[in-house]
Amino acid sequence: MTEAAQDPLFDLTLTDEQRMNRETMQRFAAAEIRDLSRLVDNRESDAESFYPKTAELGLNLLQIPEALGGAGMSRSPVSNALILEDLAHGDLSLALGAVSPLGFANTVLDQGSDAQREKYLPLFCEGDFRAATSALLEPRATFEPTEPATTAVKSGAGYVLSGTKSMVPLGMSAEFILVIAKLEDHTPAAFIVEGSSEGLVRTAEENMGLLGAGLATLTLDGVHVPAEAMLTDFDLHRFVDLSRLGICALAVGACQAVLDYAIPYCNERVAFGEPITNRQSVAFMIADMAIEIEGMRLMTWRAASRAERGEAFHEDAYLAKIFCAKHAMKIGTDGVQLLGGHGFTKEHPVEMWYRNLRAIDTLEGIASL
Amino acid sequence: MINLELSHKHEETFAQVMMLAEHMMRPYSRKYDKEEHTYPVEMEEVNKLIAGNRASATGKSKTPAPDGTVVNGGNMGSVVGLFGLCWGDVGLFLGMPGSGLGNAAITAVGTPAQVEKYGSSYAAMCITEPSTGSDSANISTTAVLDGDEWVLNGEKIYVTDGDRSDTLVVWATLDKSLGKAAIKSFIVEKGTPGCEVTRLEHKMGIRASDTAAISFSDCRIPKDNILGSAEVATDAEGRKKAFGGVMQTFDNTRPPVAAMAVGVARAALDMAQALLKEEGVELLYDKKPVSLNAIQAELTELEAEWQAGRLLVLKAAWMADNKMPNSKEASMCKAKAARVGNHITLRCVALCQSLGYSEQHLLEKFARDSKIIDIFEGTQQIQQLIVARRVLEKSSSDLK
Repeated sequence: MTEAAQDPLFDLTLTDEQRMNRETMQRFAAAEIRDLSRLVDNRESDAESFYPKTAELGLNLLQIPEALGGAGMSRSPVSNALILEDLAHGDLSLALGAVSPLGFANTVLDQGSDAQREKYLPLFCEGDFRAATSALLEPRATFEPTEPATTAVKSGAGYVLSGTKSMVPLGMSAEFILVIAKLEDHTPAAFIVEGSSEGLVRTAEENMGLLGAGLATLTLDGVHVPAEAMLTDFDLHRFVDLSRLGICALAVGACQAVLDYAIPYCNERVAFGEPITNRQSVAFMIADMAIEIEGMRLMTWRAASRAERGEAFHEDAYLAKIFCAKHAMKIGTDGVQLLGGHGFTKEHPVEMWYRNLRAIDTLEGIASL
Repeated sequence: MINLELSHKHEETFAQVMMLAEHMMRPYSRKYDKEEHTYPVEMEEVNKLIAGNRASATGKSKTPAPDGTVVNGGNMGSVVGLFGLCWGDVGLFLGMPGSGLGNAAITAVGTPAQVEKYGSSYAAMCITEPSTGSDSANISTTAVLDGDEWVLNGEKIYVTDGDRSDTLVVWATLDKSLGKAAIKSFIVEKGTPGCEVTRLEHKMGIRASDTAAISFSDCRIPKDNILGSAEVATDAEGRKKAFGGVMQTFDNTRPPVAAMAVGVARAALDMAQALLKEEGVELLYDKKPVSLNAIQAELTELEAEWQAGRLLVLKAAWMADNKMPNSKEASMCKAKAARVGNHITLRCVALCQSLGYSEQHLLEKFARDSKIIDIFEGTQQIQQLIVARRVLEKSSSDLK
């Protein structure tokens, strides 16, 4: 064995496969996401025709075992983080919707039984986009992701779910929804709820941003699910942590988009006879954006790589989420500031990104890597 | 393959250095903070142990890595060591022989003969002058060739280890009217007639480190003691290259200085958390910060900021080890780590209230020591300027 194999080194080199994947994602984000996101945000288009296109990316396929129709690669939170970053560079809201099925499939893969994997995962390998999502958030100002109020009460051979879930991506269209609830003894549990279930009421949400993600409020009014719908190895903390990796990766991509947009704009914008980036107050704001984005990225990668190697990553995911939430909003607001009045208008995407980035703090339990 | 953990080898280095820091530095932190300018003689033992570790580490890495393989080498080892040493005490570390910039400069640009003669001396760096700080291309100290000797004239200030060092690396201009290209550095042995330590500064922090003013009046040194070429480039390209070469030393020294900030900030976080824990306030990483009490919420934020600074330092060092140009990343890590380092140490004082402010503990000292790290080796604003120029692809004449 070589020394390197015995002693894994600090390394930031992407694998060839990761590099190739990134190129594909970046191309897709530029061609299919960036322009559409503005139209969707303006309500001039909906995302109906967009999501089927994401099937060509095969986001779910990679990590699903060959026996179930997937590519049978081992699940890589790092590779997934790179994919999410690149998609969100196009737009956070459409990226969020596009990866919601991935989050669902990853959670079933990670925490479901063989029977649950066999039942649901092949559906994501047939080549069509299948809308699936997770529902953790609840409409309370004091909501804590590890303390859901939605209840699951044993009833006959199954459970009855009651409660309200908010900000559920693809919430209007999802065929499968992973609903997080608490059992009578307050143990958290997750149930795969089929979209056609009786008692499931979906209401499209109107929010300050993320219009393309199809966010919905789901009211569970005594929804009956069979016992087999409960994820056998559900671990709420692990689920929240894995989803934080995804949310952080999305934040990194969305913030990089702000920076990449602001740089050429500010370099071209002339005031007092020269480009505004010749002035330190503008240039330093941009330098700080670049510095903090790199910090966000490294925090996310570190947590994801620990998760990938099976090491404890709870603290890393927790800190990455705090860091990304704080700086994402700062970058969002500075993006608008840098474009001045133009940034405040819908002529440029930075006002939309500002509205989208406000959600990073709030989002939990989605985009699980 | 992305992995942001230290190698086992560097984990070991870190653990060893932390042992030294805890048992051989901390016990003297307060003493030498009180007795400013006193030579911390106890650090000689620490220095010997570190030099021993370094020698055995370099010995092992003599087999060059095959092309294309990742290296975690000297740059990584250096920042990891500094995390530990400056967790111990930034001031005491700076007071150790060999910790100064002078050695870095000699190693980086010296001829084999110069490295042989001065590489392991205690070398301090003389750049700053009373009226020239960040704009180091504007220095006024002169060097004139007279026969077989250079004659130096001028005044240098803020020379770290200026008093205790035995060698000085002095920046001087051959002809100020020729600008940056005429700036060269020279090796001056202490005791050379005309070279005199005129004053030691009284400082807010890093008081164990001596910071000297040194004057040069008709100070004659051998012709061979110039670092690099004596030629003054005449074309724009050559001028840029000449000064760029001098400035490149800083690309290598910024990550280590940023690492000092990471070390002292960790020290403050550890101490504040220990004090708060005694009073029942613990950092649990459970609920979202908005659901925590204000102290816990702030501690989580400080931890996150600290980790971001640390990872930026590791990235810059990794790039240097793997021969990637890292000027932008070196400045990014210096900007981030130094500002959060200062912020963290100050907040830890406030979070512990009178315990933090009191000299009974070291929190107040960490808060005084950390400030200089955001100033020396390129201020916060200079780092932002470098990052901004890189990110915006601007020249120094466009973005001043």
